[in-house]
Amino acid sequence: MRLLQTLLMRLAMMAITLFGAAVIVFVVIRVVPGNPIAMMLPPGASDEDIARLTAHYGLDKSIPEQFFVWLGGVLHGDFGTSISLRQPVMPLVLGRLPATLELSIFALVLAVIIGGAMALTGTRFRGGRTEAVIDVANGAGLSIPDFLWALVLILTLGVLYPVFHISGRISPSLDLPFTTQFYVFESILRLRFDLWWDLLKHMFMPALALAIPLAAIIGQLLKQSLKETMHLDYVVLARTKGYGENHVILFDALRNAVLPTLTLIGVQFTFLIGGTVIIERLFSYEGLGNMAIDAVINRDLPLIQGIVLVFALLFTVVNLVVDLTYALLNPRLRHA
Amino acid sequence: MTAFLEIENLSAAIKGTPDRLLRSVSLHVNSGEVCGLVGESGAGKSMIGKAVLGILPSAVEIVEGQVRLDGEDLLAMPQRERRRLIGATAALIPQDPLTALNPSRRIGPQITDRLVDILGWTKHDARTRAAELLDEVHIENPQRVLASYPHELSGGMRQRVLIASAFAANPKLVIADEPTTALDVTVQKQILRLIREMQERHGTAMLFVTHDLGVVSKICQRLVVLFAGMVVEKAGVSDFYANPAHAYSKALLSATPKFTEPFTSLTPVDQTVISAVSEQVEAADREWRHAH
Repeated sequence: MRLLQTLLMRLAMMAITLFGAAVIVFVVIRVVPGNPIAMMLPPGASDEDIARLTAHYGLDKSIPEQFFVWLGGVLHGDFGTSISLRQPVMPLVLGRLPATLELSIFALVLAVIIGGAMALTGTRFRGGRTEAVIDVANGAGLSIPDFLWALVLILTLGVLYPVFHISGRISPSLDLPFTTQFYVFESILRLRFDLWWDLLKHMFMPALALAIPLAAIIGQLLKQSLKETMHLDYVVLARTKGYGENHVILFDALRNAVLPTLTLIGVQFTFLIGGTVIIERLFSYEGLGNMAIDAVINRDLPLIQGIVLVFALLFTVVNLVVDLTYALLNPRLRHA
Repeated sequence: MTAFLEIENLSAAIKGTPDRLLRSVSLHVNSGEVCGLVGESGAGKSMIGKAVLGILPSAVEIVEGQVRLDGEDLLAMPQRERRRLIGATAALIPQDPLTALNPSRRIGPQITDRLVDILGWTKHDARTRAAELLDEVHIENPQRVLASYPHELSGGMRQRVLIASAFAANPKLVIADEPTTALDVTVQKQILRLIREMQERHGTAMLFVTHDLGVVSKICQRLVVLFAGMVVEKAGVSDFYANPAHAYSKALLSATPKFTEPFTSLTPVDQTVISAVSEQVEAADREWRHAH
């Protein structure tokens, strides 16, 4: 009952957050210099043409007026029409969203695996040379941003030793039997592991570039809290019960040490999703972020709004999922 | 009577420093007997227990000596083997029941995990045993408690759970590290009685670490007095209370409240006694350094 109440409360908060995000983005992209109409018309278009097109897209009205027209549409499921692509915004955005989701989730999985492994190894061999090496690696991962990692990866694993594909989401020569945009999931369901493998070879480098900074953060924080947990009474008691150090770390310390890291992963995962914008551009990956950059260049106001709203929804959902997982892992919070 | 735990000439120091925290400690605990280990805070009494169980902080190292469990030299064993032997034959009743249980695991598995993982019991047998043990430590409604999380139990209940867990594998030796210090006075008495009852039922050898000489007289047959990591006196309990041999022991005794004379004011340990025993420690250190 309590849980349901909390959940409803959180959903209401999500709605408010989304509304706030919509207002801000709506106002900002109209206040900053740049005009979508100017991008569409050839030089020397008459003032009448400009006025006619401006009126056609409703841009002659005041900003609050425009907002309520747009909001009215949104509440009926109509997010407007892209100015540059001349198609309804929502199908465009939803068509690209799965590509970005698959990339982000793959990156998150990589980050958790790499960061978790570093933290566990560092804790197991704490105080020694292994831990020092891990600390240095973490430092490098933290201080170099994802887009630089992307360039390093393109140069090494894309050009010098071309192991992975450096651009696109899937090889263009392949026939695609897919009915959804979730290519990776669908290729597994259809048992088309040839396609799956090709998708992975495209996704690996952008995902790794996104994952490295997050992996470093996870590695550092989790190692820190694991090391603190290793001194606690119940962990020491477990050692007297006959358990080896590996068992003690995995089964006695990890579950409690992971909680602060989990909150952080939630926050950082939203940063990672933000990072897809540049990374997708660098790898010409056909996702939402790549579309966002085009939309901004073309001053495609409805499309920008749609994309930002979807990103905002993604962020709030991620935070909700993190909070629920937290409650699930920590029995003390379950009834609170 | 055979000594189940023998500590011989045990010295420990902070890594990289010459100053010893334990100064050539020798003591033994016979099978089925409770031996008290008393001293002021910082005297190193808990450290002896930790050294036996192999859970010294990583900054402390053992520089000399032997710890034998049933004749086997623990310090000469590889770590893995040593931990398994300790897990199978010895157990710890920790000081603070509030921090000694894993907050994210249910009580049941925390009592019997070593039976399943180290001694190879089936889960079903372990569950039956856990319920029996909770019954032994007078916890009502064992099934409900086994399914609870630590935060759902009171401090006294948690200490009962930890005692049950310590006796789960029928250990030959239990080290009780100030098991009543963190509890309030009324609960202390019950827990003390319970520890005594469990020890007698299981015939366990017990090293009872405490700073409370009153507690020692209730539960121990022999005691060892520690000052600055050095043994200053070993005696039978009745002899000790009747006629303590060492001046420091005498001073400690007169600083302990007596049930029979509740209104007599207590005498703090005299400074001359402290300096005398400190000199004795220094002399021992000089001799030790000379020998090494």
